[in-house]
Amino acid sequence: MNVLPGWLRRHVAALRALLVFTAVLGVLYPLAVTAVAQVPGLKDRADGSYVSSGGRQVGSDLVGQSFTGEDGNPLRQYFQSRPSAAGDGYDPTATSASNLGPEDIVDEGGEQSLLSMVCTRSKQVGQLEGVDGSRPYCAESGAGAVLSVLGPRDASGAVVRPTRVISVNEPCPAVPFLAEYRGVQVECAAPGQDPRAGKIVPVRGSAPADPAVPADAVTASGSGLDPHISVAYADLQAGRVAEARGVPAGTVRKLVEDATTGRALGFMGQPVVNVLQLNIALDKAAPYRG
Amino acid sequence: MGATAAGILFIGSLILVLAAVHVPLGDHMYRTFTSTRHWRAERLIYRIVGVDPDAEQVWSVYARSVLAFSAVSVLALYGLQRLQSHLMLSLGFGGVEPDIAWNTAISFVTNTNWQAYSGESAMGHLAQMAGLAVQNFVSAAVGIAVAMAFVRGLARRRTGELGNFWVDLTRAVTRVLLPIAAVAAIALVAGGAIQNFADPHTVGTLTGGEQTITGGPVASQEAIKELGTNGGGFYNANSAHPFENPTSWTNWIEILLILLIPFSLPRTFGRMVGDRRQGGAIVAVMAALALISVVALNAAQLAHHGTVPESVTAASEGTEARFGISNSATFAAATTLTSTGAVDSFHDSYTSLGGAVTMLNMMVGEVAPGGVGSGLYGMLILAIITVFAAGLMVGRTPEYLGKRIGAREIKLASMYFLVTPMIVLVGTGIAMAFETPRESMLNSGPHGLSEVLYAFTSAANNNGSAFGGLTAATTFYDVALGLAMAFGRFLPIVLALALAGSLARQTPVPVSAGTLPTHRPQFVGMVAGVTLILVALTFFPALALGPLAEGIH
Repeated sequence: MNVLPGWLRRHVAALRALLVFTAVLGVLYPLAVTAVAQVPGLKDRADGSYVSSGGRQVGSDLVGQSFTGEDGNPLRQYFQSRPSAAGDGYDPTATSASNLGPEDIVDEGGEQSLLSMVCTRSKQVGQLEGVDGSRPYCAESGAGAVLSVLGPRDASGAVVRPTRVISVNEPCPAVPFLAEYRGVQVECAAPGQDPRAGKIVPVRGSAPADPAVPADAVTASGSGLDPHISVAYADLQAGRVAEARGVPAGTVRKLVEDATTGRALGFMGQPVVNVLQLNIALDKAAPYRG
Repeated sequence: MGATAAGILFIGSLILVLAAVHVPLGDHMYRTFTSTRHWRAERLIYRIVGVDPDAEQVWSVYARSVLAFSAVSVLALYGLQRLQSHLMLSLGFGGVEPDIAWNTAISFVTNTNWQAYSGESAMGHLAQMAGLAVQNFVSAAVGIAVAMAFVRGLARRRTGELGNFWVDLTRAVTRVLLPIAAVAAIALVAGGAIQNFADPHTVGTLTGGEQTITGGPVASQEAIKELGTNGGGFYNANSAHPFENPTSWTNWIEILLILLIPFSLPRTFGRMVGDRRQGGAIVAVMAALALISVVALNAAQLAHHGTVPESVTAASEGTEARFGISNSATFAAATTLTSTGAVDSFHDSYTSLGGAVTMLNMMVGEVAPGGVGSGLYGMLILAIITVFAAGLMVGRTPEYLGKRIGAREIKLASMYFLVTPMIVLVGTGIAMAFETPRESMLNSGPHGLSEVLYAFTSAANNNGSAFGGLTAATTFYDVALGLAMAFGRFLPIVLALALAGSLARQTPVPVSAGTLPTHRPQFVGMVAGVTLILVALTFFPALALGPLAEGIH
């Protein structure tokens, strides 16, 4: 060895060190952890917390699912999960968040902005559950209530005297959510217009500060696989599910309680309801005869 | 209990446990890196590697050993990814694309763990466990080793020797990282994190659809991913994925693992320089800055300013229901304060000011408490810059722990500080100047700039988290961010070791009436002040164009 020059000896040592560490940390360590994870009580979890319904494996306790029909519409007899940005929804081979920002409010290139997604979902959930789906900054049409205000600007960029006002998220021939803005008639968005030519102004509207549709029902999770919904969203859905299954609301509410996990040790995380668990319990206790 | 009270208890319990644990763990690391006895298993490793564990290295040899080990690691990890289709447990995935493989190799060797790849659709089990997870351990061990060499430079006198890299590397693995990671991995399995070697498994869902459930040795990798402040997820969704982070209490454990070693190393430093109060001062600076950041990030997220959060009535986009907004914000603060970059919620969808805090955390240079090892030597260099600034004010040659901070020392320290801002600002500038890199932005306007600024900040500071909307899997970003990560890791390491070598040679000057005490609250305040002022002066213009422009209407 000593005949080799110093720099080469050093790299040979580095290579040997890497090989040793790969054997120990890259092979033995994960195998040892896997071996320990084979003890009863841990094994089911290490394997992926699979759950069954009616003798058939239907998924994992920890991975959310869509409860929609073939047409993509929610099935009334099932509790609905949160919106998902993983693939076409709840795809574990393409986990993802939307990554859309807090000021993503203008629909562009045929893509809905985050604001319009939130507004559309809120409207749809409101219709499904029979409550008011309106939210701040949302138009009645389900689009984000955002105007592009054109006209001469002052030094700070404010439009002094609007000449044209366009509702950017409502393509023609829609009727804009607002008839008039600062004395100018609001137009629908004609194709090919650049919405950013004007000043972008979101309009709060008259929606209640505390909307009936909860926050988690209109936003996608980080993983796109969130198995849970908030207790508020579960409560909102309980009446509709009970009606669809023809059972008393009390029965369904009891099952919701059973599927609810409180905060760990009383202070970690949020109380949540596991949607798959709940729907499996429903199928068992109150089978759907639709 | 209300959500806010629960969020405060969550933070408080983490602080309590860290306060209790950092002393014994710091002492354990002190014994680990000062002991002259080798374990039998370690002797075996030294024999295989072919080094004499009792031989010491001067700074330049230590640095060359770090670089040699890292260079070999990059090549091996690149090769493993490219060739995975010919090896076992590939799950049928082909070789990883060359530019992504290069970026990922650099990313994991530099302890950054920027994810240009998507775990579940590109990496087989073997590449994950024998490639990525191994670097999770050893890149963290390299950080600890360099920190120990740096502290020896402060502690030793009239010698050129800083220790033996191979011994420090090995002991960091065998006596610190591996034991803690093994225990943590089992705890994560108990919470529901998976640990198997299964292929993707398709089941029929309750409504008659299909869903493919993935497998993998996740828990073992998740534990070291957090403990080593690495951050590269087994899955694209990282620690938001229920198989990586299944419950609210595993979330708590993962945050603890992230903060554990960085907050314990100052204690080790204090013991090694023979004055625990010095370690106390350093940990106080780190804790003060970290607490400000955690509170600010929680406040910004809970206040949920911004059009979409106000419409939703909460900043819940990109967060998991089981964690909630406050615990997600606490995780985000921990991960960006420590150069970890794991995420349990997606920062791109954070409120403008919340997103600005995550960026600011990284811009502080990953010192509060910073990555394993790198946080300690980064903070010690800021302490040296502070005594220099204080010395300028009173016209006296500054000294730190009895070592004079002369021209050579302050040049090295200044260069150390300037490396990352250079990479971040020049890199962002170049990206914004060209058409193709700009097309990668998902969001438009100031938020688009934030995505690019975040990417270079994250890469140069070896963090690895992202404003994920940026399409970073392009040749430009793979190459540019790969270079940013490499320079952002190894230039500071070489400069820190050179500085340590120069300090070790000195004979300490005795404490006199004119010596600035470096263990009192006054000094803690000065270091925190110098850190914040330097960072604010460097990055304020860039932040003003990005998150501040977006957040202030």
